[in-house]
Amino acid sequence: MPTTQTTPADDVILETRELTMRFGGLLAVADFSASFPRGSITGLIGPNGAGKTTCFNMITGFYRPTSGEVLFEGVPIAGLPAHKVCRAGIARTFQNIRLFNNETVLENVMIGRHLRQKTSWLQTLVFTPASERENRRDQARCLELLDAVGLADLAGEKASSLPYGAQRRLEIARALATEPRFLLLDEPAAGMNPQESEDLMGFVRAIRQAFGLTILLIEHDMKVVMGICEHLWVLDYGQTIASGPPEAIRSDPKVITAYLGEEHAHA
Amino acid sequence: MNLATFIQNILNSLTLGSLYALVAIGYTMVYGILRLINFAHSEIFMLGAYFVFWGITLVHLPWPVAMVLAILVTASLGVLVDQVAYRPLRDAPRISALISSIGVSFFLQNVAIVFFQAIPREVYRPAWLEDPILVHGVRVLPLTLFVPLLSLVLMLLLVYIVYRTKTGLGMRAISKDIETSYLMGVPVNRVIAVTFGIGSALAAASGIMWALRYPQLQPIMGTIPGFKAFIAAVFGGIGSIQGAVIGGLTLGFIEIMTVAFFPDLAGYRDAFAFVLLILVLMVKPTGLLGERPEDKV
Amino acid sequence: MRRGRTILLNVLAIGVFGLLLHLAEGYCNGYQLQILNLIAINIILALSLNLIYGFTGLFSLGHAGFMAIGAYVCSILIMTPDQKDMLFLLQPAYDWVQTAHAPFFAAVLAGGAVAAIFGAVVGIPLLRLGDDYLGIATLGFAEIIRVVANNVPRLTNGALGFKGIPAYADLWWNFGWALVALYVIVRLLQSNTGNVLKAIRDNEIAAKAMGVDVFRYKLLSFTVGSFFAGVGGALLASLLTTIDPKMFLFTLTFNVLMIVVAGGLGSLTGSVLAGIGITVLLEWLRVVENPVDLLGFSLPGIPGMRMVVFSLALIVIILFRREGLMGMRELTWRSLAGVFSRGKA
Repeated sequence: MPTTQTTPADDVILETRELTMRFGGLLAVADFSASFPRGSITGLIGPNGAGKTTCFNMITGFYRPTSGEVLFEGVPIAGLPAHKVCRAGIARTFQNIRLFNNETVLENVMIGRHLRQKTSWLQTLVFTPASERENRRDQARCLELLDAVGLADLAGEKASSLPYGAQRRLEIARALATEPRFLLLDEPAAGMNPQESEDLMGFVRAIRQAFGLTILLIEHDMKVVMGICEHLWVLDYGQTIASGPPEAIRSDPKVITAYLGEEHAHA
Repeated sequence: MNLATFIQNILNSLTLGSLYALVAIGYTMVYGILRLINFAHSEIFMLGAYFVFWGITLVHLPWPVAMVLAILVTASLGVLVDQVAYRPLRDAPRISALISSIGVSFFLQNVAIVFFQAIPREVYRPAWLEDPILVHGVRVLPLTLFVPLLSLVLMLLLVYIVYRTKTGLGMRAISKDIETSYLMGVPVNRVIAVTFGIGSALAAASGIMWALRYPQLQPIMGTIPGFKAFIAAVFGGIGSIQGAVIGGLTLGFIEIMTVAFFPDLAGYRDAFAFVLLILVLMVKPTGLLGERPEDKV
Repeated sequence: MRRGRTILLNVLAIGVFGLLLHLAEGYCNGYQLQILNLIAINIILALSLNLIYGFTGLFSLGHAGFMAIGAYVCSILIMTPDQKDMLFLLQPAYDWVQTAHAPFFAAVLAGGAVAAIFGAVVGIPLLRLGDDYLGIATLGFAEIIRVVANNVPRLTNGALGFKGIPAYADLWWNFGWALVALYVIVRLLQSNTGNVLKAIRDNEIAAKAMGVDVFRYKLLSFTVGSFFAGVGGALLASLLTTIDPKMFLFTLTFNVLMIVVAGGLGSLTGSVLAGIGITVLLEWLRVVENPVDLLGFSLPGIPGMRMVVFSLALIVIILFRREGLMGMRELTWRSLAGVFSRGKA
């Protein structure tokens, strides 16, 4: 997608302003202010419990932030319900895979299409040409998506019967079916072996290119993070402790302290 | 309404309220621990009353002995129901145990119909509970003093068990987190059994006193009080024993006082509780004192 | 091509079924016809509850309430003004109740529609509740309907209820409506909207992330389910020709729940099969409640025994075969063809 090269650096697709989440007395995320250039792949890293998934939940409408704002293409979206955020063009995956287990692979992806559908189920009662056409078109589109993630052969299988790696790819295909412009991946490489992680990196780059996406991902596998992210944000105990290109983050003493503890940073 | 009637109404409310509260405690304890609405609880209430009737008419036991025995038998029955119908479903989807409890409820109710017939039966009432006494010129039914007092004693006993014994500590631990309780060596299954036993004993006591107050026995007598007591538990905040007591008393007062002040609404008295339930669930589903963890994303 | 064949097979099946109904009408006695009619109505009720609970995951215990609404609305519309004059003894009916009249089809439709409206109205506040709370709240709704029916004699004739409701609901009407319910619910579930409902059942959080307005779809499922519950109630009123508030106790919901669980939550085929099996079982169990003469000895009937066996059966199913008869499987022409080709091979 040419946009990555041609758009100016200040073309920001999503921006968070002092995003803060408090659970009772616990400050989960404090003043998270970040901006994401269109077409970029950004990583959100930090030790367990740093507030990464909480950030995802605030951006995607699962949590209403205690304070702060999220601007998506200049439009404030913080506090919108999750389905409206998705409709606006932001999709996500989950750390613990959440598929529709009793449904087939194809049906899982079709569910992602429903919010772009124009005909109602009432029309399918009498087989109107419009609803039949739309249904055929959406099925074809979903099969293409499955093809893109390498699951086309398994379209008729039950989602729960897929192996782990395939389930992760199905979750991504399902998210892509909603036609997002911004995609959040929560630990996409979790539970993958080195070869699978390698493949994943190529896959993430490929879908960015093919679907014109901006991607934000949470990941613990540093090889993946350093390999595909162009920019990193580092959280620790809810605070943003660093941000910058991967090479700079790698040697940032504050980040090393957060990950490894005090002694190692000074050693 | 004159003062005497008003006092009688207060006593009636307290009586009805304590009866609801005793049953509500059983609902709230089981829900607190297993997240299960135990539909069969209302049949436990009914059977407690029938067991006293049996003890007196068939075995000719003295009334107090029959009462204590009936409470013990009913408590064992409550434990048995859990072991047979709910325990195998601990790992199943939550609604399975609920459906099982609906099945047990219908089962017990119809077993009662088979054995006792559907016709209402008279209840033996000791004379000292029935003959009105004069307190400062107000005619008072001793029963309306006896029921709240006995209920109070039972509740204090319960508070002692829950807050001063090891089993009680186990109950509180399980209601916070059943998985961790297993890991910490809490004898979970035994504590759950004790919980069912206590809850059923209180329901039996309530059922027995209910039969004294509204002197009739019939197999469906538990259904409506059971629902109302559950609603009381929700109103007070499910999982909270204090909440169940407050909820029960509140419901008793609402019911008696509404009928006392607006006799036209008497026909709707069974609907009050359900309207209250729906209102509570809409406005504050956690009830007065309850807390419920949010779904994790 | 494949679709064409499916349609042809469906039309053929309906034709054969119609022929069977015609034969049944001629050869069955009144008691057998009554059972067949009850089967049709129970299928409608089970399909609608399965849509709500089995496919959308909404644990509703309010079916008896929606049935009551459908039954009362339909009865008021099909009884003649003269009949109502005679019927409302306690207090005269409201004028609009007195004069309202409609043909049977419109009356059943109206019964369903009013039930659907009630479904939507109570659904808006209640469907935000979690599973077991939703169950108890919908049960509360059904009880409130019953109490109201008892207390508004100018609308419902109070505790006396209605007698002599015209008996229009014959085999053709009942099975016709059962087919309509089956068709509408099958098509709904085959559409992508059906996928969305199942998605909500399987994983509500993921459904939200996929842009599903969960509440709206729950309301849709609940409303459609309420509609058919109302239709079932309307047909039942005309079949039995008498209704009163006592008829719509929780037991009625329990029976429908039993059919849905026994057939399999999330299997329409299961609901149809269990609808047949359990209706027959319930009728057959009536025998144990009536006195029997056996070789000259007369055994007394045992009241309550029917529900003892029935509730025990539910407990056994839940404990030992939670997926019911069919699990989530469906019988389709294709799966039938699969069975036959395997048989040949």
